[in-house]
Amino acid sequence: MLAKRIIPCMDIKDGRIVKGIEFKNLKDAGDPVETAKRYSEEGADELVFLDITASSDRRKTQIELVRRTSEEIFIPYTVGGGITTVEDIKDLLRAGADKISVNTAAVQNPDLISRGANEFGSQCIVCAIDAKKNSGASSWQVFIYGGREPVDIDALKWAQRAEKLGAGEILLTSMDADGSKDGYDIELTRAVSEATNIPVIASGGAGSLQHLAQALQVGKADAVLAASIFHYGTHSIKEAKEYLKKKGIQVRL
Amino acid sequence: MIVIVDYKLGNIRSVENAFIKAGAKVSVSSSESDILKSDGLIVPGVGAFKKATDNLKELNIYDTVIKSIEDKKPYLGICLGFQMLFTESIEHGTNPGFDIFSGKVKRFKESVKIPHMGWNSVYYLKDSPIFKDIPEKSYFYFDHSYYVSPAEDKIVAGKTGYGKEFVSAVCEGNIWATQFHPEKSAGIGLKIIRNFIDYVG
Repeated sequence: MLAKRIIPCMDIKDGRIVKGIEFKNLKDAGDPVETAKRYSEEGADELVFLDITASSDRRKTQIELVRRTSEEIFIPYTVGGGITTVEDIKDLLRAGADKISVNTAAVQNPDLISRGANEFGSQCIVCAIDAKKNSGASSWQVFIYGGREPVDIDALKWAQRAEKLGAGEILLTSMDADGSKDGYDIELTRAVSEATNIPVIASGGAGSLQHLAQALQVGKADAVLAASIFHYGTHSIKEAKEYLKKKGIQVRL
Repeated sequence: MIVIVDYKLGNIRSVENAFIKAGAKVSVSSSESDILKSDGLIVPGVGAFKKATDNLKELNIYDTVIKSIEDKKPYLGICLGFQMLFTESIEHGTNPGFDIFSGKVKRFKESVKIPHMGWNSVYYLKDSPIFKDIPEKSYFYFDHSYYVSPAEDKIVAGKTGYGKEFVSAVCEGNIWATQFHPEKSAGIGLKIIRNFIDYVG
């Protein structure tokens, strides 16, 4: 049986891990490759690197990070952040990334998903969606530029369109929950998971192991992404998996 | 020397790194003479089936790879390198493969999420050197939308459940192949790679 995945996420700026709340107030949280290695040894199922570097040499530091990671890490990993062209996708995959995630550029130019999927296969194209709940409604709005700018697109419809265009997976971040440690947006996660037929990774809000279980069981997510609970040693990946197993969730131990 | 066949598709580097980590000397090549001189071949690959066979043909190594397999050179196929061993695939129309084994490559039914992505367990149908010293029901990393349906059961080394059972590994003489990615399956995946290195000798 297919196991549910636990995915530690590392936000990267200028080649270092950073962590902030709602993409603000960033703190240094270590070397990505060293941390990735530790996660892999603890039993992480996959890794995600989201590069939030704004400078012009981002591509160079990204490729360098991918090269180093590939030499040390033998589990799958995804790289996202500022990927705008098919050429970017190709460079990162050739350097050793297994998947790339697209966000803002895909909203602005949905063709990027279909072209990427046709060229390299759906399995390596992850569509990242940042969504914020519309007040008083069971609907969510898509945000771009790291959650700074709203666009007039419904998150469920965008997820369905991304699947049609050829995305192999959706990395779904709740803007409301991100950094809160109050739990994932279960309603959003479940709505997207039920509206699509590709795997959904829940992201944003994990503060306890119970939150992971809720996103997988009630939210019907295929995988859970978390940053702070693993970075600051609140829980190890192994603890998380043992907890989930006790809850009757299939995990790789 | 073991040669990783580079047909300009997918993530070759992680396969190369995994072999280096496992202690083997490997070279990455698309040249006919390197393939013919090699002691063993690895054909990895993610992406579209037809693009893979087209690229091999454009590089003039399609027949070379088939001949090497027929000449009993140790072969490790991963993902597309597994699927291409069969008669044909129905991915984007019907497209022919190496036809070393009879069988078809089919798409998962919509009752399960596609792609089949993540870690799933493999159980064994026979004793085979590919799984030497690896406990049955170990988890391996999968990432695919199509699966192989072989005409003959005797080649099947392992199966995996996803909606229904499908063939996740074959092992028959010099031909070893997996639907999952040993290069992405942590320590247990590196063990498969070591088994292949030992077999090549």
